[in-house]
Parts: sequence; structure tokens; C-alpha cells
Amino acid sequence: MSEHILSLMTFLPLLGMLIVLMLPRENGGLLKIATLVVTLITFIISLPLAFDPVFKTSAAMHYTEFVPWISVGDYFQMNYSIGIDGISLWLVMLTTFIMPITVLSTWNAVDKNVKGFMALMLLLETAMLGAFVSLDLFLFYIFWELMLIPMYFMIGIWGGANRIYAAIKFFIYTAVGSLLMLVAIIFLYYYAVQTGAVINGFSITDFYNLSLNPELQKWLFLAFAFSFAIKVPMFPVHTWLPDAHTEAPTAGSVILAAVMLKMGTYGYLRFAMPLFPDALQQFLPWLAALSVIGIIYGALVAMMQKDVKKLVAYSSVSHLGFVMLGLFALNSIGVSGAILQMVNHGISTGALFLIVGFLYERRHTRLISEFGGLSKQMPVFAVIFMIVTLSSIGLPALNGFVGEFMILLGAFESELRWFAVFATSGVILAAVYMLWMFQRVMFGKLDNPKNQNLKDLSVREVCVMLPLLLFIFWIGVYPNTFLEKMEPAVNQALNQITAEAQAAPCSDDSAHINCPQSGDSDAAGNYHEQDGSGYHH
Amino acid sequence: MENLVQTAMQNVNFAAIMPSLVLSCFGMALLLLNAFVKRGTTTYASLISLAALGATAIVSYAGWNNPQFGFAGQVALDNYAVFFHFIFLLAAALTILMSDAYLKREGYPVGEYYTLILFSTVGAMLMASGTDLMTIFLGLEVMSVALYVLAGFFRGQLRSNEAGLKYFLLGAFSTGFLLYGIALIYGVTGTTNVADIGTYLAMNHQLLADPMCIGGMLLLATGFLFKIAVVPFHMWTPDVYEGAPTPITAFMSAGPKAAAFAAFMRVFLIGLGTLHSSWVGLLWVLAVLTMVVGNFIALRQTNLKRMLAYSSIAHAGYALVGLVASNAIGVSAVLFYMVAYTLMNLGAFAILVLAGKVGEDNLTLEGFSGFGYKRPVLAVLMCICLFSLMGIPPSAGFTGKFYIFAGALNAGYVWLAVLGVLNSAVSLYYYLRVMVYMYFRTPEEEFDWVQLKPGATMCAVISVVGVLLLGIVPSAVMALARQALF
Repeated sequence: MSEHILSLMTFLPLLGMLIVLMLPRENGGLLKIATLVVTLITFIISLPLAFDPVFKTSAAMHYTEFVPWISVGDYFQMNYSIGIDGISLWLVMLTTFIMPITVLSTWNAVDKNVKGFMALMLLLETAMLGAFVSLDLFLFYIFWELMLIPMYFMIGIWGGANRIYAAIKFFIYTAVGSLLMLVAIIFLYYYAVQTGAVINGFSITDFYNLSLNPELQKWLFLAFAFSFAIKVPMFPVHTWLPDAHTEAPTAGSVILAAVMLKMGTYGYLRFAMPLFPDALQQFLPWLAALSVIGIIYGALVAMMQKDVKKLVAYSSVSHLGFVMLGLFALNSIGVSGAILQMVNHGISTGALFLIVGFLYERRHTRLISEFGGLSKQMPVFAVIFMIVTLSSIGLPALNGFVGEFMILLGAFESELRWFAVFATSGVILAAVYMLWMFQRVMFGKLDNPKNQNLKDLSVREVCVMLPLLLFIFWIGVYPNTFLEKMEPAVNQALNQITAEAQAAPCSDDSAHINCPQSGDSDAAGNYHEQDGSGYHH
Repeated sequence: MENLVQTAMQNVNFAAIMPSLVLSCFGMALLLLNAFVKRGTTTYASLISLAALGATAIVSYAGWNNPQFGFAGQVALDNYAVFFHFIFLLAAALTILMSDAYLKREGYPVGEYYTLILFSTVGAMLMASGTDLMTIFLGLEVMSVALYVLAGFFRGQLRSNEAGLKYFLLGAFSTGFLLYGIALIYGVTGTTNVADIGTYLAMNHQLLADPMCIGGMLLLATGFLFKIAVVPFHMWTPDVYEGAPTPITAFMSAGPKAAAFAAFMRVFLIGLGTLHSSWVGLLWVLAVLTMVVGNFIALRQTNLKRMLAYSSIAHAGYALVGLVASNAIGVSAVLFYMVAYTLMNLGAFAILVLAGKVGEDNLTLEGFSGFGYKRPVLAVLMCICLFSLMGIPPSAGFTGKFYIFAGALNAGYVWLAVLGVLNSAVSLYYYLRVMVYMYFRTPEEEFDWVQLKPGATMCAVISVVGVLLLGIVPSAVMALARQALF
């Protein structure tokens, strides 16, 4: 059983979708319960992964499954090859964790065509999990593209006023990038075949070992990086995100922010960066600059928003800029911080979108000016909103702080020192736009008569938020649970990425982080040294 | 004299034309039968036609891995031919499935319709089997003449008349080009046998730059490209596709197009293979032009039949990419793509047949507003076909495009592949727009005229199942396409 745990987890939602499709369409409650049960079972199935100690010591892929899939003589070969390491582990867990919460959040929000919505949610879960566990590039591409279909319909059918524009824009932006990546994937495969490399299908681990000349790497990297940059989204290809987020129904926004954006950053870490290390070095300053522009630009635009949901959407651009910067720091602490921040952003921003959803369900507006003084009327809501806001800003002892701190620390210790200086201003700007928004919504006079009868959160709504709050504190206080399991995998990925730079002498200050030749165990040791020296005390 | 006849008879080998022979016999029998049956019922004809197609499939399959050559090397029943025969038979069967209820609704329940489809299929099969330019020409004419009649089959409808006449006039014109090309090539090489042309040109390199030879090649290409509807020979397509009866439009976009590809590839890769460097650049340009023109004009269409017509032009462009690659992967990819395209396109047309009112004026984007809410199952089937046409996995359209672009990249045509995928990106918009109307608009109609007619519904379901199977487990058919290379 346990050797098929990933397949089971990935395809259970698909099975659930078929079941949901067979249930009667009039009975919305039953459909929601069925979907909730399926997502909960999926979560429970995935739970043993999080507690498996093997990730603390081993950087290899675990729970691997391998079945030859498409094989056409000497033309091409694809395999159903899946597995996870300490990097994908947390993204898989984030996905299975966030799905039941999202389903629970739709209880009152979705009343039109419930059957379709639930079926799409389950299809989406399969696609997302499949993309995170794929170890074959072709398989990954299938899931990656499949993800677009349910989200397209979720935005288009259950979205806001401008939903058609947003849905088409979302679909076309993402698909254009991935089509170019498809060309690069096929090209890479035939390049490998023609140079006589030993490859088994489109296996990523085999592709890692290819030696590509820098000129070739440049083009292939651009194709991959462009595709993932759209998904992240990085400045300047981020423009689909505010539209999609604003128009999507709450559940769609939560999944989009919590999981789907991580697909892009994960793509960089798993594919674009280790496959083409030379090209990465070449483009590193540009990419870092775009990340920093994203951080500051996202924050500035967020500050000026009148609509709460748009504000949260632009804050995502800013936060994802941090994640990218952490990845580009190319040292253990920066990359670990980036992965942790992916999870953090999933939790905090997911929670923020849920909160916006609560407001919208009550008032059917999201304009900041319509609110004010809600804290008197909704005390429980106020507390939760406050915690989530502070987590998003990065208050110490909450999750956002750990991630951003590690990212900035990593960036300062890398070649990107000056980028980190500018990026730090993003932390301050985040405090400005979040707290200002919070103040305008929650404090002040309760003078709008429409707000005077608002009900506080129901038990169900609190139940939706509690698991998120738990992790906001857990990661904030004791991030080691998560860090210790991603550490070996992160070090190995860095080995892969900076393999070319190995020969270069290391400067003193970054010696213990930036030089991968010290090997896994040593790097792990250094990590704890960092740990001790201070960020969570 | 007796001696000559004897030699000729030794060369005959009926096994090589058995599939065409069987189907022709069925066609003629059906034609006779029509005379004795009361007008107004056609179900019997569609059932007999399906049986005929099934029988032909069995006979044709006998040639798989057991190649038969006959008539002094003019006809071959090799794997390549058998593979294409199955495409035509599939296209014809799906067309016939969706026709029965359609003809009744439109008021033309006439048995000859089925006979003509069968004859057209015979022609297509001859084209795929033809190893001599004369046989190929014969097949092309049999196929086309039947199609001219079918396109104008609704004799009371101006649109249909226009389609038939337009197709006939332009088709006859293009056939002239083809014939002239055959004559020139014969003049240069002294033979019309495809393989002999290849050998002769390979031995006489000075001919490769001969204007007569190049001219002949260009004229041949014009004839074939007209049938495939490659830009700039595509002008007839939208009007004919819009005016012809919908099942016939579906059939034309799959069967005859694949037949033209079959003959085109055999003639150009074997017969004119030595001229490869002369035609590959031209086809490169035409492939790109075809994709661009097809996709960009499709963006502006509001009539769904017309939109699918332009989309079918674009898809011919994708298939040409495989021929430009000219390697084993590329050519077998074309074969696979034809199967995929037949399934996804006929699936989409089956939905149009089901959703149409009498006269089909409602087959516009507006007419599909809210279709997804009133007819959820049909709409989902339509969506799967559309996603497949876009090339979104897991669908036959995706694996087909993957195969094609794999061929192009393996042969080093990186830019062609890039332009191909960018064109796919353009096509997303107009396919997505159909879904926008089906799902994102509120229904204005009840769609109560839509009845789940068994034939057309079966056609849609078979197509969609095929699309998904080829998208998830394409190995078997891909391997067959690989074995089908000549």
C-alpha cells in the first residue's frame, strides 16, 4: 500500500470527481459533503508522508513509482515516474491540506451549479498533485496543462463581473508560456538522444546529468523560465494575476494563490535552475532584478488599491518576488527560506482570500471604503484577521517572518547583496499596505449602517480558519519541523545548480553556505549552525 | 495478343484492390436497392453502409503486414494503405452515424446519399493505395465527383447549391493542374509509376534542375494542396464547408483530406524524394502560412461551421509540419494526427448536428449561449473535442501535436516547431470562445429541439472516447502509425 501512496493520493480526487458527477445535481449539500470527504481522505492518505523521517537524512526521491507508459520504438518513450523529495513534500502537503479547507469555505459561497464546481475542484486537485510528484517531464507537462482547464471554468462560471476576460487571459497567458516550454522539452529530449546520453524517457534526474553547451542552455532556459515566470508570476508577465484573482470565486483565489502560483516557483527550483545552471548564472542578475521590481512594484500597487481582493492579489506579486529572490540566492538558507515562504504564502494569502470571501459573502462588496469599524461588530473575525495580517507582514513568531528573514539573510550572503537591500523595503511596504487596509476596514467608526448588523464568524467559518492559524504559529515558532526535512533535498538541488561554480574559489563569508563541495552531511551541519545562530530565537 | 492478355492477367492480383472492390460492390448494391424502397426511409441504407464499411475493414486488414501489389505495380495494399483505409472507414462510419437523423430533419431522406459516401470512400482508398499517378488520379476523381454531389446535396438550398458548384468548378480546375503535372513528369521520366519515377530521377541527376521536372512537381503539388486546403489554395474551403450538409462537411474535413495527404506523401517522398530540397522549403513556408491564415481568420468567425472550416485549414498546416520534417517520426506523426483529427473534428461536428435547428441558422456563437446549462452532457463532449483541437492534454490533439513537433524537432526544424506552437496559442482564443458562450453566458433558449438521436449521439461518444484514449494511452496507435511507413 505504502509504495503506491502517491498514486493513490493523486488519483483519488479524480475518482471522487467521477463519484460527484454521478450524484444528483439538486442536492448541493450532499455534493459538498462528498467533496469534503474525498479531499479529507486525500489529506489523510498524504499525512504519513509528512511524518516520514527519511526526508531528514536523504535527499533522494522517495515513494517512487515507475511504470513505462508511452513507448514508440526508437521515436520516444515516456514513463509514469513519480516520487517526492523534501522539496516537493511540503508543496504536496500544502495542497492536500488546503483543499478540504477550501471546500469547507464554499459552503455558502457556491450555490449555483454546485456539482460542476465540486467536480472541477477535484480535477484540479489531481492535476496539482500530479504536477508536484511527476519525475518525468512529459508527465509533468500533462498535469501542468490539465490544471488550466478547471481553473478556467471556475473563474469563468463562478467569477465576478469581468470574469470572461479574466478567464481567457489566465488561460492564454499560461498556455503560451507552456507551449514554448513544450518545444524546449522535446528539443532537450532529442538533443539527449542524439548526443548518446543515457536517458530513460523524459526523466528529470537523467536530464540533470546532461552536459549542454552554454549557448543551448541559454535558449532552453529562456523557454522554461518564461513559462514558469508567467505562472509565478514575475514582473512584467504578472498582469493576468490581479484579473484572475479579483474575478475568481473565493475558493478559486485560494487555490490559485496557495498552490498554483507555487507551481511556477517549484518549476524554477526543480526544472529551470538545475537543468541549465550556466544559463542561470548568466541571467541571474536580470532575474533577481525582476524579482526585486516585483516585490516593490507589487507592494506599491497594492497600497493604492480600493478593492481588498485586488490588494491581496498584488501583495502576492510582492510576496512571490521574495520567494524568487530566495531561490536566486543559491544558498541553502535562501532556498530553504524560499520553500518555506512558498508554504507560508499559501497559508497566509490563502487565509486572506478566505477573509475577503467572508466579507464579500456578508456585504457583496469588497471596496475598502464600504467598511470601517468592523472590529466592534465582529470581534472574533477581528482577531483572526489581525493574526493573518501580521503573518502576511512578517511579524516575528509568525510564519511570514521566518521565511522572509531566511530569504533576506540568504540574499545578503550571496552575490545579490544589493538586491536584498532594495527587497527589504518590500517588508516595510507590506506593513504599510496591510496595516493601512486593516485599519480602514476594522477600526474607526462603525458609521456605515449596512455594517451595523453584520454577523460574526460562524462555527464553520472559524473551523475553516483554525487549521491555518495553527500553522501560522507552528511555522513561526518552530520552523525546524519543516526545515529539517527539506534540508538534504535543498542541498542536493544546490549541488546540481552550482555544480559549475564548484571549481571557483569561495569567498570567506559565504564559505559555509555557498560551497556545495563540502557534501551533504557537511552542508547539513552548517545549516544547524545557522539555525543556532539565531533566526528563531 | 493472347500472350499480352495472359501477362496482364498474371499481374492483376485482385487482393490488392479487394477493399475498394468490396466497398464498390456494396455501394452499387445499395444504389439498386434504393430503387426498390419507398422514399422517406433511409435507416436501412445507413445500416447497410455501416455493414459495408465493417466488411471492407476486415478485407483491408488482410493486407496488414502482408503487402499485396497488383496491376503491374499500380496498386498496393501495404501497411501505409491499410492504415489510411482505416482512417477513411472510420471517418465514413462516423459520418454515416450522424447522418440519419440529420437528413430526416432537413427533409432529404434519400438513400443515394449513403451510396455517394461509400463511393467517395472507395476513391479515397484508391488514392492511398495508388502507387501510380494514374491510379491516384482515378481515385481522386472518384472521391471528388461523389463529394461534389454531396456538397450540393440539398438541392433546394441556395447555400448548398453554391457549395456544390464552387467545389466542382474549383475542384475541376485543380484537377487540371494535377493532370498537367502528371503529364510533365511523364514527359521527363517516361513513366507514371511512383517508384519508377523515384528511381529514374535518382539516376539522372541532371533532371533535378530541369524546368519541366520542377514545373511538373509544382503542378502536382498544387493539385494535392488544393484538396488538402493549404493556403493559398484554401479559398474554396469556408464557403463549401459552410454550405454543405454538416455531416458532409465533417467528412470532407477528415476523410478526403487524409486521402490527399496519403497520396501527396507517397508521391513526394518516394516519387519526388530526390527533389526533396526543391520542395521542402516551399512546404515550410506554406505550412506556416496555412497555420497563420487558418488560425487568424478563424478568430473572427461567429458561424461555428465556418470557424471549424478555418480551424481545419490550420490543422492541415500542423500536419504539413510533419511532412516538412520528412523523417520517420514526422511522417508517422502525420498518420497519427489524421486519426486524432478525424476523431476530434467529427466529434465536434456531431454535436453541431445534434444542436442544430432545421436550416441550422442557430449554429453561431450566440446560438450556443448557455448550452452548457441546458445540455450539460453534450456540452462536456463538445468541450473535450475543443480542448483536443487546442492541443491541451490529455487528448488525442495533444499527443498528435506532440508527435508532429517531435518529428520537426528531431529533424532540426526548431523555428517551425516554435511557430507551430505559437499558432496553437492563437487558436486557443477561438476555441475558448465557444466555451465562453456555452458556459459563461446565461441561456437564452431552452434548447428543447435538441434530441439525443442515437446515431449522432453514438458518433459523439465514440469520438470523445477515442480522443481520450489516444490522449492517455496513445502507444498502440502510435506504434501502428510507425509500422505503417512505406
